[in-house]
Amino acid sequence: MFPKPIQNSSRAWQTTYQALVPAALVMWLLPLIAVAIFSIKPEADFTTGNYWGVPSSFEGFSNYGRVFFGSDMPRYLLNSVLITVPTVIGAVALSCMTGFALGVYKFRGNLLLFFMFVAGNFVPFQILMVPVRDLTLDMGLYNTKTGLVLFHIAFQTGFCTLFMRNFIRALPFELIEAARVEGVAEWRIFWFVVLPLMKPAIAALSVLIFTFIWNDYFWAVVLTQGAESQPVTAGITSFNAQYRAAYHLMSAGSIVAALPPVAMFFLMQRHFIAGLTLGAVK
Amino acid sequence: MAEMKLAPGNGPETGSATALRSSQDSWLRRNRQTLAPLLFLAPGVIFFLFYVIFPILQSFNLSFYRWDGLGDPQFIGMENYRELMDDRAFEVSLWNNLKWLLLYLLAIPAGLFIALFLNQTVTGIRLYKSLFFFPFVISQVVVGLVFSWFYDPTFGLLNQVLGWVGLGPLNVLGDPTLVTYGIIAAGLWPQTAYCMILYLTGLNAVDPEQVEAARLDGAKGAKMLWYVIIPQLRPATFVAFVVTIIGALRSFDLISIMTNGGPFGSSRVLSFYMFEKALSEYGFRMGYGAAIAVVLFLIMLCFIAYFLWSMYQDDKGGR
Repeated sequence: MFPKPIQNSSRAWQTTYQALVPAALVMWLLPLIAVAIFSIKPEADFTTGNYWGVPSSFEGFSNYGRVFFGSDMPRYLLNSVLITVPTVIGAVALSCMTGFALGVYKFRGNLLLFFMFVAGNFVPFQILMVPVRDLTLDMGLYNTKTGLVLFHIAFQTGFCTLFMRNFIRALPFELIEAARVEGVAEWRIFWFVVLPLMKPAIAALSVLIFTFIWNDYFWAVVLTQGAESQPVTAGITSFNAQYRAAYHLMSAGSIVAALPPVAMFFLMQRHFIAGLTLGAVK
Repeated sequence: MAEMKLAPGNGPETGSATALRSSQDSWLRRNRQTLAPLLFLAPGVIFFLFYVIFPILQSFNLSFYRWDGLGDPQFIGMENYRELMDDRAFEVSLWNNLKWLLLYLLAIPAGLFIALFLNQTVTGIRLYKSLFFFPFVISQVVVGLVFSWFYDPTFGLLNQVLGWVGLGPLNVLGDPTLVTYGIIAAGLWPQTAYCMILYLTGLNAVDPEQVEAARLDGAKGAKMLWYVIIPQLRPATFVAFVVTIIGALRSFDLISIMTNGGPFGSSRVLSFYMFEKALSEYGFRMGYGAAIAVVLFLIMLCFIAYFLWSMYQDDKGGR
C-alpha cells in the first residue's frame, strides 16, 4: 500500500493525521458550507450585513418552505424527474443492445461503429446545437420534455455503449459459446445469459446517467424555455431572477436543486464509483 | 443459473413446423450470426446517427451559409471563417480556451495529491472520501452560484479571508484580467474531486508486492511515487486526462452562470461565444455560430483522435 499505512508511523503523526483530515474537509467544502449556512438565515441578517456571523434566528423551515410552497421549484423538480428517468431507461436499454452486439459478435466494421459511438460522445455540444434545435423545432417538440428526452437518449447512448461493450467483453465468453452449442437463439442468449450478468453495469450506468442528465444545463437552455418544461438547473436561474438578492432563498433553492443527485450518489455509492472509474484500473 | 432455463427444446426448430417454416428457419439459422448484431445495433445506431452524427455534418454545411434561423439560408462560402479571422471576441475566446485547457490539467496532480492524502485505513475514512468527492456530484450551475457568492466583493468569503490578512477587496468576477482564472478555479473544484476518485481507485489496485519489493530496495517517498506508483497508475491518469481535456473544452455552464461572458466579454470561451452568436437577443446568426462550433470541433478532434488511437492500441490485444 502507498503511502505507508498510518498505523506503522509514530503516534504523534497518527493523531495529527486524524485531526488533519476533518480540517482539510472543512476547507474543501467551505463554499458549500457557506451556502448551507446562508440557507437557514433570516432575511434580516442580510439587510443588517450580518453575513458571516451567527444566524440571529433559525429560519431553515420558513426558507425551505417558501422554496417548496411559494415558488415554481416543485414544478422544475418534477420536470427534472420526468426528463431524467425516461432518459436513463432509454439510454440504458439501447446501449445494452448495442453493447451486446459490439461486444459479442465479430463482423466487419465492428470497431468502426464502436469508435463512432466513442467519438460522438466526446464532441462539443455546440457542433450539434443548431441542427438539433432545428430538428426539435421541426418535429414540434421544441419546449417539450419529450424533445429533451429524445436527444439525451441518443447522445448518452454513445457513452453507455462504450461502457456496456467493455463490460460485456470482460464477461466469460465460454458462457455464450456454450449456449450457442446448445442451439439457443441469439436473443435468448442476450436475454437469459448476458443480461443477468450485466446487472452491475446497468446499476452503475443508471446512477451515472441520472446525475449527468439531472445536472445538464446547456441542452435545457437550448431546447426548452419556461416553467412548463424546464428542468431545475435552468429553473434555478429564473428562480434567482425572482428572488434577486434574497440570498437566503437562493441558497435554499440551490441546495434543493443539488440534492437529488447527491442523494443518489450516497445511496448507490459503490455503483456510482464503479461507473466513473471504468477503465481507471486494468 | 441462466443456462438451466435454456435446456434443449427452446431452439428455433422446436415443434411441428411446416416445410416452409423450417426452410425459413434454417435461413434465419444460417444467417443469424449476421442478422443478430444488425438487429441489436439498429435502434441505437439509427438514433445516434440521427441526433449526433448527421447534425455534425449539418453544422459543417451550415457554416458556409448566412442564416438567421427563420428565412432561407444564403450561401456565402468561406465568408464566416474570414470574418472570424478579424473578430476580436473570437480571438479572446480562443485564448481563454487555451487557459482553460492548460490550467484545468492542474486537476490531475491536485486529485492525485488528495488521493494520496486519503489513501489510509482509519475509522470513517470512507465517509471522508465520499465527502471529498461531493463537489463533482453537484450540478455546475450550483457550483457556479456558490462560487459567485464566494467571490462576491461585498460579502464573499474570499474577501473576508483576504481582509483578515490585510489584502483586498478583490472583485474577481468584475476584473477582466482575473475573471477567467476565477471561473477556472471554480471548475477545478469538481474536476479535482473526479480525478481524486480515479486515483483512489487506481491506488487500490497498485500491486502491494511491488511496493514491498521497492521498499526493501530502499525506495520511499517521492522516488517511490515517481518510479513505482505513478507508472502503475497509468490507466487512471489516462482517464483523468481524457475527462479533464473534454471538460475544459466543454466549459459553458460556469461561464454562463457566473459572468455571462463578461465583463466586456473577457471571460468568453468558444463554446459560450458560439451560443451567444447563434441564439443571442440581438438576432440569430446560426451560420456564424456554426463556423465557431466547427473550429471548436476541430480542436477537440485532435484530442479525440489521440484518445481513439490509444484505445485502439489497447484493444488490439483483446478478443
